Amino acid sequence: MKKQSAIIFTSVALLALLVAPHFLKSYGVYLLTYWLVFILAAMGLNLTVGYAGQKSLGHAAFFGIGAYTVAIMMKAGFSFWLGLPAAAAICFVTGILVGFPALRVQTIYLAFATLGFNTAAWLVMRNEEQYTGGTFGINNIARPELFGLSLDGALAYYYFTLGVTIVFGLLLFGLLRSPWGKAFTALRDNPIRAESLGVDVRNYTLLSFAIGAVYAGVAGALFASLVQFIDPAPFGVGQSIMMYLMVVIGGPGYFFGPVVGAAVGVVLPEWLRFAQDWYLFVFGSAVVLLMIWLPDGLLSIPDRIRARRESREASAARAAAVTAAAANAGKGSGA
Amino acid sequence: MKKLILALALGALVITPAVAQQTIKIANIVELSGPGTTSGTNFKDGVMLAIKEINAAGGILGKQIESTTNDTQSNPGVAKGLTQKAIDQEVFAVFGPVFSGSIMVSMAETRRAEVPNFTGGEAASITQQGNPYVFRTSFTQATAMPKIARYITDQAKVKTLALIYVNNDFGKGGREMLMKALDKSPTKIVADISTDSGQVDFSAAVLKAKQSNADALFVYTNEEESARALRELRKQGWTKPVIGETVLTSQKVIELAGDAANGAVAHVGLTIDAPLPAIRAFRAKFEKEYKYICDHNGLKGYSGVYALKAAIEKVGKLDRKAVAKAMHTLKVKAADQPGILMDVEFDANGDLDRDSFLTEVKNGKQVITATLPPLGKKK
Amino acid sequence: MADFFQLLFSGLATGSIYALAALGFTLLWQASGTINFAQGEFVMLPAFAMLAFASFGMPMPLSFFLTIVLAIAVLGWAFKRGIVDPLFRYGMMQIVVATIGLSIAMRNGVRLTGAEAHPFPSLFADRIYNIAGVTVTQSDIGTLVLAMLLVIGTQAFLARTITGRAMQAVAQNTESASVLGINVPRMIFYTFAINAILACAAALLVTPVYLAKFDMGESLGTKAFFAAVIGGFNNSRGALLGGLIVGVGENLAAAYVSAAYKDAVALALFMVVILFKPQGLLGRKEERKV
Repeated sequence: MKKQSAIIFTSVALLALLVAPHFLKSYGVYLLTYWLVFILAAMGLNLTVGYAGQKSLGHAAFFGIGAYTVAIMMKAGFSFWLGLPAAAAICFVTGILVGFPALRVQTIYLAFATLGFNTAAWLVMRNEEQYTGGTFGINNIARPELFGLSLDGALAYYYFTLGVTIVFGLLLFGLLRSPWGKAFTALRDNPIRAESLGVDVRNYTLLSFAIGAVYAGVAGALFASLVQFIDPAPFGVGQSIMMYLMVVIGGPGYFFGPVVGAAVGVVLPEWLRFAQDWYLFVFGSAVVLLMIWLPDGLLSIPDRIRARRESREASAARAAAVTAAAANAGKGSGA
Repeated sequence: MKKLILALALGALVITPAVAQQTIKIANIVELSGPGTTSGTNFKDGVMLAIKEINAAGGILGKQIESTTNDTQSNPGVAKGLTQKAIDQEVFAVFGPVFSGSIMVSMAETRRAEVPNFTGGEAASITQQGNPYVFRTSFTQATAMPKIARYITDQAKVKTLALIYVNNDFGKGGREMLMKALDKSPTKIVADISTDSGQVDFSAAVLKAKQSNADALFVYTNEEESARALRELRKQGWTKPVIGETVLTSQKVIELAGDAANGAVAHVGLTIDAPLPAIRAFRAKFEKEYKYICDHNGLKGYSGVYALKAAIEKVGKLDRKAVAKAMHTLKVKAADQPGILMDVEFDANGDLDRDSFLTEVKNGKQVITATLPPLGKKK
Repeated sequence: MADFFQLLFSGLATGSIYALAALGFTLLWQASGTINFAQGEFVMLPAFAMLAFASFGMPMPLSFFLTIVLAIAVLGWAFKRGIVDPLFRYGMMQIVVATIGLSIAMRNGVRLTGAEAHPFPSLFADRIYNIAGVTVTQSDIGTLVLAMLLVIGTQAFLARTITGRAMQAVAQNTESASVLGINVPRMIFYTFAINAILACAAALLVTPVYLAKFDMGESLGTKAFFAAVIGGFNNSRGALLGGLIVGVGENLAAAYVSAAYKDAVALALFMVVILFKPQGLLGRKEERKV
């Protein structure tokens, strides 16, 4: 029943994503594409934070490394299709390197270490002007071609991004259902116990960072081609914190958490623009209220309803049992 | 959930029916949050004041101006989306963004849609892309820096110069243009000191400048940082000239730095303290409306709207292409179009030139010491 | 050599500002496991409150006092009851995200009153001293001394008074503290109140330099955060040490290494500390729990 409704729900959502852009103007299509890019990035962070329990506040650095890799390679005359795997590979390796501190420190200290890594990466992007363009950024980044089809148009690029997001979504889904996925959650729930059960904590910790980084890197590559201009600003610590916010608001450890979380982070502020000058104030307040209302994220709503129903049923059963017992007792005393 | 989000996304795209040229729609796409907030807010307030005045006086060609304002969060990615939104709403012209990165992205969109785009950005590269739809509202650094370089070399007779700049697109861009302008002159740059946007402690930067033993110091940072640098200079006993461009002698820096600002010299393109009746009147109007003293960005936004008005009136109809064409080589005289504040000339790239001023801070006031003619006229 | 001392002293003055903000971080973390990403905004709001009171013609000491009262109510009590209490049992992630939301709301709420930076009256006279080739301003010395006094005072309060000891007992072990009959919620509230008072004091010292602006908390918060980590997140004296190290490190790095990479020096230090002494230079080690 649950599985069935999930499948129906997913197909309806996919259909909506396929059809929606035809009813939107270019701004709407752009916003949807922007959202997809952040879903992809947040998916990676969800693996690191939500499934494997590694508190990372440096995700935007990988996002930036992916974006700069593609931009620099395309400016040097290489194809996007060479840049994309290169971005993924570089992020994978960097992810492993960043994972090493996680072997020594955990929780907030890990968050601090990754935040430090992010700042360092940002400084390199800003200061190494001969490679990255420094604060001037890199302009006129082209959009790729696919099988001779230009993806230059807003719609074409949207469908391309949607395709990439779905492919990576399915890959992640497969990964999480495999023994690896179980190992990641074991790591999160109780690392010491996981270790005693024979999970190689070292390898899985590093992998959770590396795979998460690949997702961010691919998202960064798509981002560079989407905006067609990059400078260091969107890859700083602030962005990492926003991505973290997306994962936690959506529901860490829920597969579709990043989809909802990225919508809160990307679409909600745009939608709130009717509040004019107040829109960011409203957005910040909404984040606080959402967190207090649903500490486990928006996708915990079904679980919460279920828990409430179960407790209601249990208390109803209890009440019934009490009445029955009372009736019995009444009978007993009457007899 | 996804559907709800989609509905929200759709809700964000309020489709406004195209009012058939009953009004002239203008989109403000500016930095109202993030690091560009102060510039963006000033620019927008200037634009809004001009629109209000023009509407009260009967509009342009008898049509009222209708404006929308959107915040880019100082983020090029957001600026790009907002420009597309403005184009979707079929605006006649776009004002902003002010930050170079954002304008690079937004002008690519307005070019595709053939919508005139007035920017407050000063980076030289903006008008070097051959984009026929982008127009300045101020000097570029490529125009301003040679003027101040001429002062440094010829008038102040500076042989060695130390340079403190802010490491962002504004600071870096100005630094490059100044170096280029000083390249063939006898003035040598002996210290090249990077500082961060939002930096608080300038002791190391000033110390480095002192150690370089330069004849003068050039400070090219944003308002708050300039004030801190001036205070630190006074603290460490710097007595040689301090020179800047636009920002250094601005009202805000003087307010924040207090006595430490005295003696600072700067070239200013548009200044709220210019001894011109039109600018004095503007200053009073602006302060009355928004309760603060505007900086050069407010002047840029204000005069930019009047430049558009002049161009539309020259063409005589609401035709974006024709207006953009007219903007090139447009000459506006303040006598005909008082809101332009000063006579101005646009060239084929969309750059503008006009008189500018050499200013000095004396007793906590910006004083004009010389008026410099447009760069082109000297050649 | 005079140059070196010039940098050192300026760095100490700046560092003491970081230390004040960092102290609040460590107090909240110890008492309630709260990482407050709105700490910078907690300094920004009192600055604007003081300016607002002053604009009604109140003298500075009075507006400072009123701001403290207001801060204890809003940044202390309301913050604890509204955000930390409901989220406490869910852990650090939720509080982090909620305080991020809070900082966005606070920053942009204040922005509505204007994007301009406002000058802020200094406690100290605008006087410069020259000591053996090193120039210092009265406010440099004053800030450094006051900040140190505040940190030491807070320390003394925690170590010497009964209330302070009870607060520390709560911070170290909530369960045994409540067994001992300590009113745990009240002690935690006291910590939040002290954090609010420190924020007001920081605002008073910091704002003349930082200028009252809606986003002044952003960079201050980040620096304070680094300082707290370097010094040790679970030790109040560590905050002072961490703040001074960051302040001095930045200055020396900008002068002798590279101005463009000066933040990287604090960062490198930060990484080394995290990897080899994650509990901070003066922090206690926290045991890994099953």
